[in-house]
Amino acid sequence: MTGMVNRIAPIAVVVAAIMIIWYGFTVHLNAPWQIERYEKAGTEWQMSDLVRDTMAQGRPILPAPHQIVTEIWNTTVKKKITSKRSLIYHGSITLSSTLLGFAMGTILGIGLAVSIVENRAMDKSLMPWIITSQTIPILAIAPMIIVVLNAVGLSGLVPKALISTYLSFFPVVVGMVKGLRSPDPMLMDLMRTYKASRLQTFWKLRLPASVPFLFASMKVAIAISLVGAIVGELPTGAVAGLGARLLAGSYYGQTIQIWSALISAACMAALLVGVVGLISHFALRRMGLRT
Amino acid sequence: MSQDTNSTPAIQADKLCLTFDANDGPVHALKDVDLTIEKGDFVSFIGPSGCGKTTLLRVIADLEHPTGGTISVNGMTPEEARLGGAYGYVFQAPALLAWRTIERNIGLPLEIMGISRAEQAERVQRTLELVGLDGFGRKFPWQLSGGMQQRASIARALAFDADLLLMDEPFGALDEIVRDHLNEQLLQLWKKTGKTICFVTHSIPEAVYLSTRIVVMSPRPGRVTDIIESDLPDERPLDIRESKRFLEIAQRVRNGLREGHSYD
Repeated sequence: MTGMVNRIAPIAVVVAAIMIIWYGFTVHLNAPWQIERYEKAGTEWQMSDLVRDTMAQGRPILPAPHQIVTEIWNTTVKKKITSKRSLIYHGSITLSSTLLGFAMGTILGIGLAVSIVENRAMDKSLMPWIITSQTIPILAIAPMIIVVLNAVGLSGLVPKALISTYLSFFPVVVGMVKGLRSPDPMLMDLMRTYKASRLQTFWKLRLPASVPFLFASMKVAIAISLVGAIVGELPTGAVAGLGARLLAGSYYGQTIQIWSALISAACMAALLVGVVGLISHFALRRMGLRT
Repeated sequence: MSQDTNSTPAIQADKLCLTFDANDGPVHALKDVDLTIEKGDFVSFIGPSGCGKTTLLRVIADLEHPTGGTISVNGMTPEEARLGGAYGYVFQAPALLAWRTIERNIGLPLEIMGISRAEQAERVQRTLELVGLDGFGRKFPWQLSGGMQQRASIARALAFDADLLLMDEPFGALDEIVRDHLNEQLLQLWKKTGKTICFVTHSIPEAVYLSTRIVVMSPRPGRVTDIIESDLPDERPLDIRESKRFLEIAQRVRNGLREGHSYD
């Protein structure tokens, strides 16, 4: 019981602090427009009116937290999933390309890491390119990928997933290379005294030793997969997905819609990282490793 | 070529040299080492750090390659001996795979050698009993104390029945009480199995207590300065370490080490 309190209390304090600051800024940032309206209409207003009205604007500069929560509630629970205005509908589209991109990125990352560790030429030739690939701003390259793939007849889920892959393979490569190289020299010597083949050393020593590293990288990879999927939805004029929702919101000045898509994306990221963390916990426990 | 295997020494080194190239010039890890170890011997290598005792063990195990002289293990080159599974190696640390149970750690060399599952289980059980870890086979390494982990790694080295056991300061990281206990057990194990044991240590009492022969080494360049035959009785209770003969041998080892040091 006290354990739970100890864990939740610090988080609750931070959340409360953020809420107070947020509400403060809501009033502060939305006040000028509100005051202008009062003056145009010639209404008498008091501080309490201002506070109430700045938190109830249709297109506020900064929506109040409860407006966002209401919007999310209205577009998830109260909307049919098939509706074009349902956040669950948009979220599931983003989620599917996130997961596809994450899966491809993880497989690609593992494959590259294995070839880098097992082959010196690959190590020398591939690694610089892998690092270079991440120095290119994804916002610059995402439209190119979409356009090029469109030209060869690929559209919809796959191009967006490929942008996720482009981002997510990187932490997996870096983590896996480190993991595959993590066995102590003593253990490598041990395998040598058993005249173990390269393949045996790989399966019995390198690969199992890399598993904790793999899961740590996958936690990063799934979060940036989601970023990749959303970025992939931005430049394409996509009509569905959280990215499309963000874009549509910004076209029409629907700040509440933008913020609710944003918060949903953040929650989804937290959930995905949490799920990977949970799988990691049980997988490592099953391997007999302390987590 | 038919050779009487009983008369072939377990290890024979002639003018063995090993020089590492370091940035500030060559390091003579081993220089002109002549050594013969007969089958069934318990030989300790003792000396200060840098005297090449671990390097010598690694050369025997084909983990390092000599730059001069010759060495044979069971009448073969170290590489042939390694490929033939001639020795078990025990490292300074237990070097157990964290994701394998004790059983599966001990079974690792057997798995790699492609021994059938049934025989693996039988041999694992036998070696577990031999090192007194019966009943701990299903535990993971972290669930065992340091001493038990090291015993598991000895069991692993014994599991594939090599005649030669190479041990590189296996008890160096353990406290003295555990160490005494393991020394006693190791001696019994040696008597029971009749294996040849090469044992690296930097503890004089440990070397004298365990060995039939003590090889005293000194650094810069790493070389053998004295080889002491121990005439202590086969039956060695721990309190033999207070006997006059034991202290005499220990004194001779100490003198040998001191002489080696007078060079620098």
